[in-house]
Amino acid sequence: MSDTTISKEEVAHVASLAKLAFNDDELVQFTTQLGDILNIFNTLAEVNTDDVQPTYSVTKNVNHLRNDIANNWEQKQELLSNAPLSSAGLIKVPAILDGEGE
Amino acid sequence: MGTGNFETTIGLEVHVEMQTNSKLLSPSPVHYGDQPNENTNVIDFGYPGVLPVANKGALEFGMRAALALNATISPYIRWDRKNYFYPDNPKAYQTTQSQTPIGTNGYLDVNLEDGTVKRIRIKEMHVEEDAGKNTHGTDGYSYVDLNRQGTPLIEIVSEPDISSPDEAYAYLEQLRQAILFTGISEAKMQEGQMRADVNISIRPYGSKEYGTKVEMKNINSFNYVRNALIFEEKRQAEVLRSGGVIQQETRRYNEPTKSTILMRVKEGADDYRYFPEPDLSPVVIDQEWIDHVAAELPKSAFERQNDYVSRLGIEQYDAEVLTQTLAMADFYDATILAGADAKRAANYLIGDVNAYMNKHQVELQETKLTPQHLAGMIKLIEAGTISTKQAKQVFEAIMAGEEPEAFAKKNGLVQISDPDILLGWITEVLDNNPQSIEDFKGGKDRATGYLIGQLMKMSKGQANPGIMNKMLLEELAKR
Repeated sequence: MSDTTISKEEVAHVASLAKLAFNDDELVQFTTQLGDILNIFNTLAEVNTDDVQPTYSVTKNVNHLRNDIANNWEQKQELLSNAPLSSAGLIKVPAILDGEGE
Repeated sequence: MGTGNFETTIGLEVHVEMQTNSKLLSPSPVHYGDQPNENTNVIDFGYPGVLPVANKGALEFGMRAALALNATISPYIRWDRKNYFYPDNPKAYQTTQSQTPIGTNGYLDVNLEDGTVKRIRIKEMHVEEDAGKNTHGTDGYSYVDLNRQGTPLIEIVSEPDISSPDEAYAYLEQLRQAILFTGISEAKMQEGQMRADVNISIRPYGSKEYGTKVEMKNINSFNYVRNALIFEEKRQAEVLRSGGVIQQETRRYNEPTKSTILMRVKEGADDYRYFPEPDLSPVVIDQEWIDHVAAELPKSAFERQNDYVSRLGIEQYDAEVLTQTLAMADFYDATILAGADAKRAANYLIGDVNAYMNKHQVELQETKLTPQHLAGMIKLIEAGTISTKQAKQVFEAIMAGEEPEAFAKKNGLVQISDPDILLGWITEVLDNNPQSIEDFKGGKDRATGYLIGQLMKMSKGQANPGIMNKMLLEELAKR
């Protein structure tokens, strides 16, 4: 695998976006592996796709929609019992301090 | 506008929760104030293997908003995933329409305080999903309620056409009204149904390039938006004047100090790693569908105001008060349709009904008042069946859900205008009070007041005062 298409810094950045922390050995390992994967895309990119429309959906279905009718599946207890921690009907997670999110 | 030698450029991204019955991608109910996580299912929790189906009603509400804001509705929509990790969204991505917004190239004509109208262009509008709600505990944990997760939002992105904090405020108020009158949301600020992300930059007058913009997210009060912008305008001018550089960053507005605080230097758009949503089918919108939605779109506040002024003879100011909410305007329309006098109906709604709502802290639709009952009471007044004074009691009754005519009858609140009955009472009172007749002839005006008092007592307050007064004077003249 010749061209490395991704740098160690980019891998570290993507990891931080995914809230993952890697040590230096892991970073090297994932940089190599992700580089290999991206090189496959380099190969694919050799195909001339000038007249090909991007594929956004693999089926020809359009307007597969649902009417606006509410239906409570009553799954609250089951879902909460699957959460690592919960309290008073709320999911309990480690404190969020950075004020991120949408 | 601007600060010193700088001009200000503001853009707003407004999110409005759409009050559909069910969520954008799951049939869970959309309902504020329920027990935490009551309205959630495996789709909202982002379980693997679920196959969400988009809500047609949410798309149609998005189309309504696009129509109300004069935007072009996209003929082809596909969904995108905006990836981010945060506990308020267990899917780890938001389903949105970044590449194919439902609406583009719209505008809102905003009335400014100086009486001019400014057109604020709307770049694009997206139907997307809201996230859940986090509560930050003091015990080292945060608590997540996913009831709101998946609630459909319409995101309205303005062009940077806004040039002052006051203009931003006016735009938000009028945008809220435009949205209210589409019927897609009550846009209640206190329930977080309308939130604004604002961006602001300043540049020296005459400069062709925009300054670096600073963003503030999720402000849920128009006053806070204005205060935050006023602070930022000043802060940025001070930085530039002292030779500094504005950083592209996200700040948070802090109400107690009316200032903004640095949150983080902004992530690039690439960091959201958008990609096409594979689990949802694209949506094709043809003209027939648009026409169908347009036919269901309620008349705008502006159209109604014009109608009230020109057709019903209502004052412009009153027309504006009546169109502050869709519920009020619809109620007024229904009251007129039920046969009420237009001015009296307007006065009651603006005066007594509004006062009642304020006093009891309720919305119009939460009261027991119906347009039929209000119209019924007004008709009783117009016909002289009850006096305006008696109407006060009837008003309280109709606010408690009673039928006005039945209530008036049951409680003897009937005004007597029959001349034969009135004459009988007048004759009796005059016969019993010869001294008052003497006093009247001697020029003492007080005498009539006394006689009217006696007549009211005799009629148990039911005599029509106008007619009775006139007849009393006639009878006195004959004596």
